[in-house]
Amino acid sequence: MTYFEFLNEHGITLLLGTVTTVKVLVCSMILYVIISMIFGLMRLSKNPVIQGTATVYIEFFRGTSLLVQLFWAYYVLPFFGISLEAFTAGVVALGLNFGAYGAEIVRAGILAVPKGQWEAAYSLNFTPAKRIKRIIIPQIFPIILPPAANLTVELLKATALVALVTVVDLTFEAKQINSITWLSAQCFGTALIIYYIMARFALVPFLRWLEVLAARKVGKEKA
Amino acid sequence: MEMGWRWDFTYEILPQMAIATLNTILAAGVGYAIALIVGLFFLLAQRTPSKIFNWVNREIVEFIRSTPLLIQLFFVYFVLPQFGITLSAWVCGMITIGLHFGTYMSEVYRGALEGVSKTQWEACRALNFSTIYTYRRIVLPQAFPIAIPGMGNYLVGIFKDTPLLSTIGVAELFHAATAVGGYNYRYLEPYTLVGIIFLTLSIPAAMWVRKLERDVNISQGKMKK
Repeated sequence: MTYFEFLNEHGITLLLGTVTTVKVLVCSMILYVIISMIFGLMRLSKNPVIQGTATVYIEFFRGTSLLVQLFWAYYVLPFFGISLEAFTAGVVALGLNFGAYGAEIVRAGILAVPKGQWEAAYSLNFTPAKRIKRIIIPQIFPIILPPAANLTVELLKATALVALVTVVDLTFEAKQINSITWLSAQCFGTALIIYYIMARFALVPFLRWLEVLAARKVGKEKA
Repeated sequence: MEMGWRWDFTYEILPQMAIATLNTILAAGVGYAIALIVGLFFLLAQRTPSKIFNWVNREIVEFIRSTPLLIQLFFVYFVLPQFGITLSAWVCGMITIGLHFGTYMSEVYRGALEGVSKTQWEACRALNFSTIYTYRRIVLPQAFPIAIPGMGNYLVGIFKDTPLLSTIGVAELFHAATAVGGYNYRYLEPYTLVGIIFLTLSIPAAMWVRKLERDVNISQGKMKK
């Protein structure tokens, strides 16, 4: 069987899997961005309860393995009466895990905003909410986007794990085709190439574009 | 089936989990050692006089870095036998982890070397030091502290990625939990134990890395006690 015959026969299946992978990626990306914003801010709170909650959350999700969290969400939560669909469990586990890493990036970004900006906001008598929303948050994007871009590429790679909790994504399809045809080089090789194309020619250019956009917004033109 | 946490079952599976934990630590240690060495090779291969060779090497690194470790594991495990190379799951796992994280290590090394100021090189040239002497006595001692946080983070990173090895049948902690859970049809205790064991190992490890980073910075005179 030549490679073209292989693609002819199984290409559609792999592409359908790719669509699911993209869905998982987009959903978990939205979730992790929201979570990291909330917990990044909580981490800087002066209230020990709020700060403690955020610290425990971050340390917990960064300290355990993503695969363990996925399996926990899918196989153990039903013990407590919470049955999640495979797709939901996958997205929630990915979002919570990467949200913990993202929160640390947001925290570092907020701390990196020059002190003069805080002082200026104080002296203009802005309310705390306005200070964060209008002055600090818009300025953190050029700082946090480069590390967040790395994290998002890691997220794309991590979406492969949801196949292990029976989400029918690209990895799942590749495994499935492998067990039927035993053309391992073809199916896993194709899957690797599809992941590479998604990361290199779609996700990374998109994130670079966001970086340029954010830099322009605060008046720092990027070459 | 009884709901809720069962302590008797927990105690029953604890010895098995403890032994499997040792396997996990072993896998992480061996994988890390391979990654450290592979990283050096990738670093050197990017600094050769041949531009094409460097470019090809960079593309290989880029490819390995932007594809999932899970599929790389499957690839190595299922494809090598097609070419007549049959390796055990352990060896496959170690090779794949070593290669995957080796590409990350090479970036850590590269960043550290580039973090050493260019004037250091110029000063050594002016003092007529040989290249090897410059590396050994001037550049590497300054690059090392820059590399420490990255190196430490990937040690913890490899440790947390070892559960992936269970998918090709390496008998590490997660594999043991799945086996025990499937046998007794109870996943609550095994998977929770795995989580707790990971937490108790990786949080101290992360703290140790942070302390190491501080110590090295202090000994280099970059930070006050």
